[in-house]
Amino acid sequence: MVMTTLLSKHNKKVKEDLQQMTESNGKTKISVRDLNLFYGEKQALYSLSLDIQEKEVTALIGPSGCGKSTFLRTLNRMNDLIDGVNITGDITIDNENIYQSTDVIKLRTKVGMVFQKANLFPMSIYDNVAYGPRGQGIKSKKELDKIVEESLRGAAIWDEVKDRLKTSALGLSGGQQQRICIARAIAMKPEIILMDEPTSALDPISTLKVEELIADMKKDYTIVIVTHNMQQAARVSDKTAFFLNGEVVEFDTTDKIFSVPKDQRTEDYITGRFG
Amino acid sequence: MRSFKDNVLRGLLWLAALLTIAILVTIVGYIFYKGIGLISFDFIFGDYSPTGGGGIWPMIVTTIYTIVISLVIATPIGILAAVYLQEYAKQGRLVRMIRFATESLTGIPSIIYGLFGAVFFVTTLKLGMSIIAASLTLTIIILPVIIRTTEESLKTVPRSYREGSLALGNTKLQTLYKVILPSAMPGILAGIILSIGRIVGESAAIFLTAGTVAALPESIFSSARTLTVHSYLVTQEAGDIELAAAIGIVLIVIILILNLLATLLSKILNKADY
Amino acid sequence: MARPPVEKANKRKYMLEKLSGRVFLFCALLSVISLLLIIGFVFFKGINPFVAEGYSFINFLFGDDWVPSEDQFGIFPMIVASIYATIGALIIGVPIGLFTAIFLAEIAPKKVAKIISPAVQLLAGIPSVLYGVFGLAVIVPFLQNNLGLAKGQSLIAVILVLAIMMLPTVVTVSETAIRAVPKSYREGSLALGVSHIGTIFRVVVPAAKSGILTAVVLGMGRAIGETMAVILVAGNSLIVPTSLTDSVRPLTTNIALEMGYAAGVHQEMLFATGIVLFSFILILNFVLAKISAKGGN
Ligand SMILES: Nc1ncnc2c1ncn2[C@@H]1O[C@H](COP(=O)(O)OP(=O)(O)OP(=O)(O)O)[C@@H](O)[C@H]1O
Ligand SMILES: [Mg+2]
Repeated sequence: MVMTTLLSKHNKKVKEDLQQMTESNGKTKISVRDLNLFYGEKQALYSLSLDIQEKEVTALIGPSGCGKSTFLRTLNRMNDLIDGVNITGDITIDNENIYQSTDVIKLRTKVGMVFQKANLFPMSIYDNVAYGPRGQGIKSKKELDKIVEESLRGAAIWDEVKDRLKTSALGLSGGQQQRICIARAIAMKPEIILMDEPTSALDPISTLKVEELIADMKKDYTIVIVTHNMQQAARVSDKTAFFLNGEVVEFDTTDKIFSVPKDQRTEDYITGRFG
Repeated sequence: MRSFKDNVLRGLLWLAALLTIAILVTIVGYIFYKGIGLISFDFIFGDYSPTGGGGIWPMIVTTIYTIVISLVIATPIGILAAVYLQEYAKQGRLVRMIRFATESLTGIPSIIYGLFGAVFFVTTLKLGMSIIAASLTLTIIILPVIIRTTEESLKTVPRSYREGSLALGNTKLQTLYKVILPSAMPGILAGIILSIGRIVGESAAIFLTAGTVAALPESIFSSARTLTVHSYLVTQEAGDIELAAAIGIVLIVIILILNLLATLLSKILNKADY
Repeated sequence: MARPPVEKANKRKYMLEKLSGRVFLFCALLSVISLLLIIGFVFFKGINPFVAEGYSFINFLFGDDWVPSEDQFGIFPMIVASIYATIGALIIGVPIGLFTAIFLAEIAPKKVAKIISPAVQLLAGIPSVLYGVFGLAVIVPFLQNNLGLAKGQSLIAVILVLAIMMLPTVVTVSETAIRAVPKSYREGSLALGVSHIGTIFRVVVPAAKSGILTAVVLGMGRAIGETMAVILVAGNSLIVPTSLTDSVRPLTTNIALEMGYAAGVHQEMLFATGIVLFSFILILNFVLAKISAKGGN
């Protein structure tokens, strides 16, 4: 109990810091205020508040089980699928409260998601990428062809697969599959893309490719990425949030987090002295 | 001492297995031995003749009718019920109740289904002893089979397919028919095949609801007899073991083919382990 | 903040979503409805003579005479026949089936098991009528000739046919249960110097107990509910059996034999017979569930 009050005091401070930052930076895309999440009785997120800027890469780091995925999944309401999840607080995207709206489809077309393990459907590459647009009712072949090509180009994998669009997507390598997943997300023309450890199942070279891709995508999308890889966070992100036990301990520019962390726990974590 | 006991037990295990195999081989062997002499094109495709020497085409047709009608009704209902249980329902009283009902239906002996069919479909709904009354009764018999097998194969569809599809702004319904059902299809088909086996093998329930008319049914509202009922009646009324065994061969071959198909499909399902 | 409007194109999707959810729920509820209809109709019909027409339920259960033409409806001989037949079939079928399952799962070379197991499984799917045909053609004359009976159709013939019929079910289900026992159990016991056979009987079989009980329940369900195969070999006499060689008429047989022409109270009494049969199955399942729960502690 004491712990919680202490932590929420701490959180207030983070909030204040945030407000300062918001003023000094670009446009706020996602704004989270006092977000709590419960899995049944168990609380997994404790009064989170943070602002995510448009067309930036925000990295979420922290030890396993601290709630990074849970937080990420609140941003496109994927937690709605789990029985017994309870959420309080507000999340607004472009000044629209996403938990007051009932239009989850619209939300999920606007907020794309890439999962930890490539989860392509057992269909051709083409059908995978066209899956989202088709679900939105786009039927014209010409239009679909265009979307598929653009998306695959956007995910920097067009050249590798353009001759085998009609073959099964599951025959590709892990790294290629993950980039197709990104293409599949891009095909929805989202504004935000959430990525949950997108490279944790990939080899170093594929990882670098995806990282390059992320850096490149920044000009068009707002990206939130969960990663366990400290260097990756340092390489690709503009801002970094350090999560611990369901709280945001520190949220700042990536440079500051990695060079002059304010909180001892952050420093312990990024220097590897943690757990 | 201990090894003596071991040897006795080992001997008993061998004995039991040999006995089981011997019994089962004897039964199948006997039926083929007795019945094979009657098997011919005319026997399968010929009309029934009460004086003997006729064929079993009317019973084959009746059996096919019961299969088709009960599958046409039970398959969609069973699949959608399984979809509800696996994909839509929140765990709770309602789901427990549905599960309990489904399990109870599995345990009811077919003679009781026959009684129910006789009072409900034949008498109350005034369908009379008919193929349709029997098929509706069979529908309830196979419903739990289809629900269970569909549920099992829905469970094998990776969660990531569902999440992937929903995250792309698809509704549950779209996800269901575009991704989930296609992936679960081999398992569902295997369940349907199992149900066909159950229908083909059923006798008591059909006996009480379809009657025993040994002629080519004019419509689904006619009374008629299926292969199993025919096999029973020729044994009981005429003691014609040869004819019963010949029908037995047809039944065994049908079951064999269905089993092979089901095995094949579950192999496909296992391979599709992306 | 105002609630943002749902996009027009999505409105239809949400409506479809709601509608389809309802349709799916309705389909799932159909099995509940079916069960209620079955219980309702069969019970309604079967209880009627006792509540509306003054027949005594006690006389029905314990009466020795079933003479519909004289308005006598006692099913005691049939109850006894059903119980004897089921217990007898279990006594013969379960040990043989279980031992066969152990053999296939633990002793038989993989190649042999790979051929035999599917064959046994296949036999579980063979129409039960054929077991009756075989019984009448082979077992009945065999008993008649070797035991010097006037009529080979008897309690023992029923028991043998039911035991054979339940074999494939018992074997298949117990084999699956035995194979599901984790390897580590076996290894643990073998490492303690217990012999292979000792391990099987002291570790593996107890660990597979609940699956084996399921096999027994399923086999029993087949035995007590079987109708057409039994008619062919039971003889169908209406006496309380005192020996294995007596001709008997189990509950199921009575229903199937007389439904064709029964009317009025007679027909309702057949439904009552069905209720008794159903109650038996429920009681037996309950008892077995209790046994398995007790064994688990
Ligand atoms: N469906 C669920 N039901 C109940 N508790 C859950 C569920 N999903 C996650 N949790 C719990 O919530 C907490 C946060 O989990 P989450 O998956 O968000 O962690 P994470 O930071 O993503 O960890 P990792 O780095 O291992 O992916 C954990 O304690 C976890 O056990
Ligand atoms: Mg995670």
